[in-house]
Amino acid sequence: MLSLGELWPPIRLTLELAAITTTLLLIVGTPIAWWLARSKAVWKEAVAAVVALPLVLPPTVLGFYLLIFLGPDGPGGFLASFWGARTLAFTFEGLVIGSVIYSMPFVVQPIRNAFEAFGDRPLEAAATLRASPWDAFFSIALPLARPGIMTGAVLGFAHTVGEFGVVLMIGGNIPGKTKVLSIAIFDYVETLQWTPAHILSAGMLIFSFCVILTMMLLEKRLRRAGI
Amino acid sequence: MKRIGWLVVFMIACAAAVTGPATAIEINVAVAANFTEAAKEIATAFEKKTGNKVLLSFGSSAQFYTQITQDAPFQVFLSADQERPEKAVAEGFAVADSRFTYAVGKLVLWSRDPKVVTGADTLKQGAFSKIAIANPAAAPYGAAAVETMKALNVYDALQPKIVQGNNIAQTFQFIDTGNAELGFVALSQVIERSEGSRWLVAGNLYSPIKQDAVLLKKGAGNEAAKAFMNFLKGPEAAAIEAKFGYGTPESN
Repeated sequence: MLSLGELWPPIRLTLELAAITTTLLLIVGTPIAWWLARSKAVWKEAVAAVVALPLVLPPTVLGFYLLIFLGPDGPGGFLASFWGARTLAFTFEGLVIGSVIYSMPFVVQPIRNAFEAFGDRPLEAAATLRASPWDAFFSIALPLARPGIMTGAVLGFAHTVGEFGVVLMIGGNIPGKTKVLSIAIFDYVETLQWTPAHILSAGMLIFSFCVILTMMLLEKRLRRAGI
Repeated sequence: MKRIGWLVVFMIACAAAVTGPATAIEINVAVAANFTEAAKEIATAFEKKTGNKVLLSFGSSAQFYTQITQDAPFQVFLSADQERPEKAVAEGFAVADSRFTYAVGKLVLWSRDPKVVTGADTLKQGAFSKIAIANPAAAPYGAAAVETMKALNVYDALQPKIVQGNNIAQTFQFIDTGNAELGFVALSQVIERSEGSRWLVAGNLYSPIKQDAVLLKKGAGNEAAKAFMNFLKGPEAAAIEAKFGYGTPESN
């Protein structure tokens, strides 16, 4: 028999994973986007390509490398040994690492575009007013790039919620720890439990639609406000 | 117009090249992951003997069953249990009198570390952080693993350490990459590997893993699919299965 209570843990876990991943991506991704937008280095497009790789790589490639990377033979296992564990696979932390890599391009690209869109002018103006580079970054660049940052955050969150292949390969399907929504749905479908599969899938459908619609409305409003 | 004419000729030529001679029949077989290596050898032997082509797909029995109920293009289903082939017959997806037990699987507790697995004691002591099993709801070897742990009264204690592979192949991969120290896999998966440590789980701790094959409705009129089913019953297939550690229904 289906109890609605068993549907909640994967949902909560997924939201936690997406929230933490998005926060980390904003912290890590914004400087990367800034560097990609401003640097004159010849090899910066190579870095941009590395960041964009998860867009085209099959999740199985990422999952396979992560399984080795996080395991006892890789750096993840070395890291885990500090607190007496032997692998980062099958842990929530492991999923966060995977998700950060997997969703990186969805956050970095819109922020980079936003940084590039306003050009050098505002920053030059700030410099003539003796604003330090840090000051200019925080009081000029970040506010100007707000639409891009918000788009990146929404996309990163949504993409993490929708992650499946990587989690399947490194998660180990542990309830409350690595059994996220997409895995729970997969399990229900595999075992022919159509009712919970329908409930969760329909929920995902509505959620995804709302996310995309919100994002489009948001962009429209911000553009109209002339930001 | 002339150009289009050439294009049509070219496309027909391509199609002819792809389909090849009309005599070889191609069949699609859904194979439970534990039977992967044995199925490959059996298919090769069958192809050599008959000239037909066998395309094997590997996955969990549950995954294939779900796909079969949704009209998947398989002619033969080699499950890791009896329940799903029975259900396929009952629900009209398979030919009623075609079902038979092609192999009896054996469960092994395996680690790539030569010191980890010593026997049932390994489970009772529980001196490890992760133990991998196949998803018990989807893969019969996973269900047998749970049954074994329950029979040894260690299931509740070990539960927090269990990680699940989606099928028995992924379970093996978790152990082989060292992410889980040990786990329950099929004997066939480790029989050709000499390293590591293993315990062939005592047969009285779990119900025999009788693996049934069934001819699906999609293969009902297909001579090659029927021939493959017969080949699977024959001595050549039995020899290959024995090599991979499978039992026969009679020997159990």
